[in-house]
Amino acid sequence: MSTTDVSTNDIVGAPVATTVEDVLSRFSGGNREDLIPILQAVQNSTGHLSRESVLAVARHLNLPPSKVYGVATFYNQFRFQPLGKYHIQVCRGTACHVKGSAAVLESLKRILKVEEGQTTKDKLFSLEVVACIGACGLAPVISINGEFHAGVAPDRVAGILNVYRRRAKNG
Amino acid sequence: MSTIEVNGRTVQADAGEMLLTVLRREGIYVPTLCHMEDMLPTGACRLCVVEVEGIPGLVPSCAFPVSEGQKIQTHSPRAVRARKTIIELLLANHPDDCLYCARNGECDLQDMSSELGVRQRRYSGAHWEPKLDLSSVSIVRDPAKCILCGRCVRVCEEVQSVAAIDFTGRGTDSRVAPAFGAGLNVSNCVDCGQCIRVCPTGALTEQSRFKNIFDAIHNPDKVVVVQHAPAVSVTIGEQFGLKTGTDAAGVLNATLRRLGFDYVFDTSFSADLTVLEEGSELLDRIKNGGTLPMFTSCCPAWVDFVELEYPDMIGHLSSCKSPQQMLGAVTKRWWSKKMGLEPEKIFMVSIMPCTAKKFEAQLPEMMHEGLVDVDAVITTRELARIIRLRGLDLANMTPVEADNPFGERSSSGKLFGASGGVMEAAVRTAHFMVTGKELKMPRLQAVRGLDGIKEAKIDVGGIEVGVAAVSGLANARKLVEDIKAGRKDIHFIEFMACPGGCINGGGQPIRADHDAVKARMQALYNIDKDAPVRYAHDNEYLKKLYDEFLGEPLSERSHELLHTTYGRRQAEY
Repeated sequence: MSTTDVSTNDIVGAPVATTVEDVLSRFSGGNREDLIPILQAVQNSTGHLSRESVLAVARHLNLPPSKVYGVATFYNQFRFQPLGKYHIQVCRGTACHVKGSAAVLESLKRILKVEEGQTTKDKLFSLEVVACIGACGLAPVISINGEFHAGVAPDRVAGILNVYRRRAKNG
Repeated sequence: MSTIEVNGRTVQADAGEMLLTVLRREGIYVPTLCHMEDMLPTGACRLCVVEVEGIPGLVPSCAFPVSEGQKIQTHSPRAVRARKTIIELLLANHPDDCLYCARNGECDLQDMSSELGVRQRRYSGAHWEPKLDLSSVSIVRDPAKCILCGRCVRVCEEVQSVAAIDFTGRGTDSRVAPAFGAGLNVSNCVDCGQCIRVCPTGALTEQSRFKNIFDAIHNPDKVVVVQHAPAVSVTIGEQFGLKTGTDAAGVLNATLRRLGFDYVFDTSFSADLTVLEEGSELLDRIKNGGTLPMFTSCCPAWVDFVELEYPDMIGHLSSCKSPQQMLGAVTKRWWSKKMGLEPEKIFMVSIMPCTAKKFEAQLPEMMHEGLVDVDAVITTRELARIIRLRGLDLANMTPVEADNPFGERSSSGKLFGASGGVMEAAVRTAHFMVTGKELKMPRLQAVRGLDGIKEAKIDVGGIEVGVAAVSGLANARKLVEDIKAGRKDIHFIEFMACPGGCINGGGQPIRADHDAVKARMQALYNIDKDAPVRYAHDNEYLKKLYDEFLGEPLSERSHELLHTTYGRRQAEY
């Protein structure tokens, strides 16, 4: 990725405060092949792809909004809801899968009442599924704003979430 | 020329030609769900696979160029088994509600599963019940019936350059939808209905409402008047076993009477009226330095396209309402008086080759003093359904004329049904208005036929007028861009959203290939060739309408009833 750096920010989920316009000004050529780098940079800056930003990208590249939205929804990396205060990444890599990450994910979905890519109504938690975060020795592992929780069993999920709820309450 | 062998027979083909084209020409039927005439193959559905000697896998014939000496088996057990499996997999999550489907009996998926002998559900896919998209006034999307062939996406993007819909998501979550999965009503859809025309299943259909029409027919207080568009009489017959390209106007009039309509009018009358109003407007603009080139405004999908995509070009649109609306207006305002009827009692139904007409009829600017011009719009296909519902045999009716005064028409009005027809009709009358003489050659060959952009220079009483007729919105976009870039040699342009014009409209009988569209077009040309009245300005009842009511073209009353305004429109996702 030459023009934008999506590697670290994307995983930690802490958006850099810039606007869509700032991002678009960095891609002044209006080239269609910039579509995916632009979408990545927008998400990187604002945390997600809002309707307004998708429409702005479409205008910038003179592409129909349906096309931009189609491309964006094709890739798992793009999300369409703002991140929660705490961004949960559930590893679904091979080792975590073998160690039962599917049940952990189900448990998270049930407790938070969201699907992957969504954010809870109170905007506290957002849920993302990732392929492998390279901590196979800790499987099954989840990461919340970059803090790793190792060997998570489905019945521990509620407890972990409560830690963050309390943290949010206490500012 | 190459020689290839198909199923043991020697066949001649041009080298590089796609195999599917050769097979079709040779009368060998290989099914396909994604192939579209005149468009690059995508090879998406894999139904057209065949065996080619020397190639280990099956190849899709739509995307396989022929070359000398190839040996092909189109219906080997392996090829047929593969096709059958594909259909069975498509059926795995397809609803089993054929009996209740608008496309029952006209569905490619249904036909193919029958042809391939599918007799049971062999695979059961994940069950899902997506919501119908009922948001548009003209088009209904049923994602459950979508097989993701991509035809609608391609026609919307490549033929119409609208791209209101596209593939979203991936894998088992793939759907065809507008941006943000929104409803069509808030998208940049222009309601042309070409997506319905190419859909192989019931995933895209027109918004169909008959009840208010039957209610009106059964209401003794209502006088129910029906009008049929110029392109309807040359296509409705296809749905009742008549040869493609048969003009069924007479039997259509008779059938409509039997359905219970009190009066049957011909929209070609108000097409004549449009010619006079629009022709006068053009001459007025040329004389008084108005905005040129003038764009026609009979096609509501085109008008919608300008309002959405080129709001800065709105000034080029003729202010004329479309013939559908004009006929509604003069029926309720003038004819009602002659008949001693209150305009509120008249229920105007129009039969259109078009889905965008449904959208047009309900626009607020089409309402005048609390009265709509047209109360209900149905497509040619819907009319066929109603006729069958009532057990009428259209083909065997005794032909009758439409009712006067609006049953009278010149063949100019009838030509509106084909791309170039509005232009031809307008040139005939404009020439007469300027010179007082008829054209020596009323037939304007340069704007006839199926080409997307047709241009001509015409001498009208010493003035050279540049005209063009465009069909398909991608072609329209091309010409509008030329004009924006400064092209100045054209004065008047006819735009039709559907390729070929209304004969190929989004409301027409589906499954019309190139030849069928040509035949429909020829039917209109034949009507014109033999017509006793070929000029809009010679329409006797039209003269009467002007004498008794409107005065002259562009009069104050004309403006009030027959002209409209436009405004910027925006997709509101």
